[in-house]
Amino acid sequence: MAVHEVQSPIPGIFYRRPSPDQPEYFNLGDTVSADDTIGLVEVMKQFAEIKAGADGVITAFHVDSEAIIGPGDLIASIQTSA
Amino acid sequence: MKKLLIANRGEIAVRIIRAARELGIETVAVASEADAEALHARAADTCIVIGPAAASKSYLNEQLILDAALSVGADAIHPGYGFLSERAAFAQAVIDAGLTWVGPNPSSITQMGDKAQAIKTALAAGVPTIPGSNGPVASVDEAVEVAARTGYPLVIKASAGGGGKGIRVAADEAELRSLIPIAQAESLAAFGSDEVYIERMVTGAKHIEVQVFGDGETFVHLGERECSVQRRRQKLIEETPAPLLPAAVRAEICSAAVALAAAVKYHGAGTVEFLYEPKTSGYYFIEMNTRIQVEHPITEAVTGIDLVVEQLRVAAGEKLSFTQEDVMARGHAIEIRLNAEDPSFQFMPSPGYLEKFNLPSGPFIRIDSGFTVGDTITPYYDSLLAKVISWGRTREESLSRMRRALHEMEVVGVKTTSSFLLQVIDSPGFIDGSYDTLFLES
Repeated sequence: MAVHEVQSPIPGIFYRRPSPDQPEYFNLGDTVSADDTIGLVEVMKQFAEIKAGADGVITAFHVDSEAIIGPGDLIASIQTSA
Repeated sequence: MKKLLIANRGEIAVRIIRAARELGIETVAVASEADAEALHARAADTCIVIGPAAASKSYLNEQLILDAALSVGADAIHPGYGFLSERAAFAQAVIDAGLTWVGPNPSSITQMGDKAQAIKTALAAGVPTIPGSNGPVASVDEAVEVAARTGYPLVIKASAGGGGKGIRVAADEAELRSLIPIAQAESLAAFGSDEVYIERMVTGAKHIEVQVFGDGETFVHLGERECSVQRRRQKLIEETPAPLLPAAVRAEICSAAVALAAAVKYHGAGTVEFLYEPKTSGYYFIEMNTRIQVEHPITEAVTGIDLVVEQLRVAAGEKLSFTQEDVMARGHAIEIRLNAEDPSFQFMPSPGYLEKFNLPSGPFIRIDSGFTVGDTITPYYDSLLAKVISWGRTREESLSRMRRALHEMEVVGVKTTSSFLLQVIDSPGFIDGSYDTLFLES
């Protein structure tokens, strides 16, 4: 068992849902694939998708939705079976 | 007009405050919590913090802004560009509240804001639009009929599409026949509607726009601007006059823009945008922006007319202070938009703290910026740091001053596009003026 840490490559505002009127991409305990989008970072009117980056189960979100984050900040932890 | 609320932020809010102050009008800024200490908030006589950082909860919130205006007894609202500037319902709400709206009538905003209606209005005013079906094509045969009139290559677009999605190019009739059903199916899958329309493909096009002004009775133009240097449809460099635009075409485009302004009895400052195809000398209306434009300073530089002051005067009920004959352009002006982006990293926006912000100055350079040293560039709004405008008697002179100005720029704390812009203005395609809207993609 290993833990994959998802980091933001860019600064901005973190969102856990695609738009305010839609549900969260994923919740704690959900199983994700590496290609799944788990959040968005908005910076200066541009949006970047944050991918899970590994297959596994989400064990933690380290930032709240709409929080300001910096490059390299930890977003989530994913427990992998590898 | 005694007390003006500026419903915007950044450089354009500062620009409007300057114009108002010259006219002796008191100014009220609005700011989000993130902008409470921003330059525009400090520059105004009064500032009201209206809401949280997110634009939807501050600068885009119509009610908050209207309430702010009423609470301080403002008698007019200038929307700037972006945000609420092209929302007809907001313009109407401002008027209904008994305030002056610094912009065109809500009906003009509506008429030009809807793409199909704008094209219809343009055609009725005798302004050329891109030849095509002017609406959805019902069948393959109908598409072929339209093509016989417009010629190939043709672009097939989804009526419900946007941002370049759902676009197909047909080089001849065989391709058109096979692509129409595919485009319809794709459109249905992507946008939930199988409506597609076709238009002749305009290639090697230049983006030429005309500054117009009206007071509801008299309509004039203040010449054109070329804005073909774009990245992802964002203008980066603008200049006037447009290099390589034949004088006869310039005169026609400017007259067409005035005809359109007259057709909607336009009130205030507006910009009519065209695509110009050098190889055919064809020009086609694309849209009208019913507000002041980011790149308005280059028009001010060559005409000597303060467009924002004129906006305020005309909104207050005065007639245009100049006639068409009074408008005389002299020399050449260029504007570059300095953005907080990293050109070496896919133009990733670069917020941060402005440790150093030494902007150029000296002869014939104008700077419009919403920031000063020590400010923090937040991730909430656009990446425009400053506009640099250079003037010269000739294009060469204007260009050499711009080059000099860009070398003077010293920004520490955020990445900027300054080195990239220098490369662009030194590239052969820019220097000879032949650049088109795809120039930066190639």
